Amino acid sequence: MNDLLHSLGLPVIDLQGFGPLLLQGIWMTLKLATLSMLLSIALGLFGACIKLAPMRWLRLLGAGYTTLIRGVPDLLLILLIFYSLQTWLNDLTDLLGWDYIEIDPFSAGVATLGFIYGAYFTETFRGAILSVPRGQLEAATAYGLGPLKRFRLVLFPQMMRFALPGLGNNWLVLLKATALVSIIGLSDLVKAAQNAGKTTNDPLYFLIIAGLVYLLITSLSNLVFRRLERHYNTGIKGLMP
Amino acid sequence: MNQTAYAMPANPAGLRSTRPETHARSAAGTSLHKLQVEDLHKRYGDNEVLKGVSLHASSGDVISLIGTSGSGKSTMLRCINFLEQPDAGRITLDGQTIAMRQTRGGTTVADKAQLQSLRTRLAMVFQHFNLWSHMSVLDNITMAPRQVLGVPAREAEERARAYLDKVGLPARVAEQYPAFLSGGQQQRVAIARALAMEPEIILFDEPTSALDPELVGEVLKVIQTLAEEGRTMIMVTHEMGFARQVSSQVLFLHQGRVEEQGSARILDNPASERLQQFLSNRLK
Repeated sequence: MNDLLHSLGLPVIDLQGFGPLLLQGIWMTLKLATLSMLLSIALGLFGACIKLAPMRWLRLLGAGYTTLIRGVPDLLLILLIFYSLQTWLNDLTDLLGWDYIEIDPFSAGVATLGFIYGAYFTETFRGAILSVPRGQLEAATAYGLGPLKRFRLVLFPQMMRFALPGLGNNWLVLLKATALVSIIGLSDLVKAAQNAGKTTNDPLYFLIIAGLVYLLITSLSNLVFRRLERHYNTGIKGLMP
Repeated sequence: MNQTAYAMPANPAGLRSTRPETHARSAAGTSLHKLQVEDLHKRYGDNEVLKGVSLHASSGDVISLIGTSGSGKSTMLRCINFLEQPDAGRITLDGQTIAMRQTRGGTTVADKAQLQSLRTRLAMVFQHFNLWSHMSVLDNITMAPRQVLGVPAREAEERARAYLDKVGLPARVAEQYPAFLSGGQQQRVAIARALAMEPEIILFDEPTSALDPELVGEVLKVIQTLAEEGRTMIMVTHEMGFARQVSSQVLFLHQGRVEEQGSARILDNPASERLQQFLSNRLK
């Protein structure tokens, strides 16, 4: 492969035997980002619904969630949730006389990132839901659709149009924030690049490669979001042919 | 169900006799009226919008609700299918009264399933059309029949195309999105959407108020056809000429009360001073 690139006069990327490690890092980053994204979308939809609920205590709960999470640094929250969760669990197992249960760092990472970004998605979805004209839901109600069908068939597809720019934005931030989980012991892309750099004494080279990989992933995801936006803008006059 | 209490016919027989009774579903002995709205009250905070209004619709009736803005006519119409929850009163369709109960926050419908079923039997046409903007015209018309009534896709589609034809729209409109149609076309699609539910009563909430003047006629023509078919309709309208032409009953609302009601003739010979004033303030 390298010989072929050479003969074509193209620069060769020599990973000095760290290719598999970096690939594992990329896979970890993608897994973390995708699963956290799904969790935060679910939490965000739920959060937006309770923040718009008629019951005051639900709205307060939602407001507490978004205010707390968005007001404290991600890194601090990751440390706080991961370590305190383990401590609480230890106390609990001690108390009940059970065996020691260890929280697996991957699940903890997904849960923590999902929980943090769920707060941002809550606001994205809340804004989007408020942007859907009232009459659209009113018509669904008047024609006998129940709450779930109203959500699935009318509110969700209409709200996505307003939510997608914010979702795209949050996805990029979330993808890059996965690098933070290296501190709880996960070997994501940044961690793998760092390790490779340390061993080969060429940190700059591997960090640049990692940066390029992030750029590639974000560019590809921008394409996906453009397609999604086109899909959810169907039927809107004067927007994207 | 206290049917005998409402024995007073709200509708002069002479006017209805001109119309065929194709929708006479309430068989003899069940009820005199198809829809009874009794003593509705509705308030928003300190503002009492409805202070006890009633309405009785027999099969084939076309009832126009008229009045100045703020008189409560739209609120009354929206209370009939519970888009607004009335604070007090009774709504009875085909002898079945929608049960309401008091909660801490106000009044609510006791049985959600009963409410859903009521809504499937009353279709609504809105002032601003409220067609679902993310769906094609065809999907707009087939959605509720398929999702709510469980009509098979093919049948719903055939029905939709037939009703599009009925409201005078070309077949190619079916694949278009609402935003690309004129206001008059959109409102006719909305009427087709209502018809596709094969409802017992159609509620019209100022169906021509959002239209450019030159588009009003095409929509009124469709509504008139429906009236001539003997469909039961309740309509909030500002089109006095049209109300005079199609209505079997006219209710004039003023400050949350029915100030005057009767046949369309009250528009020519108003008894109350308020209705006289209201009519003379209008150019038509």
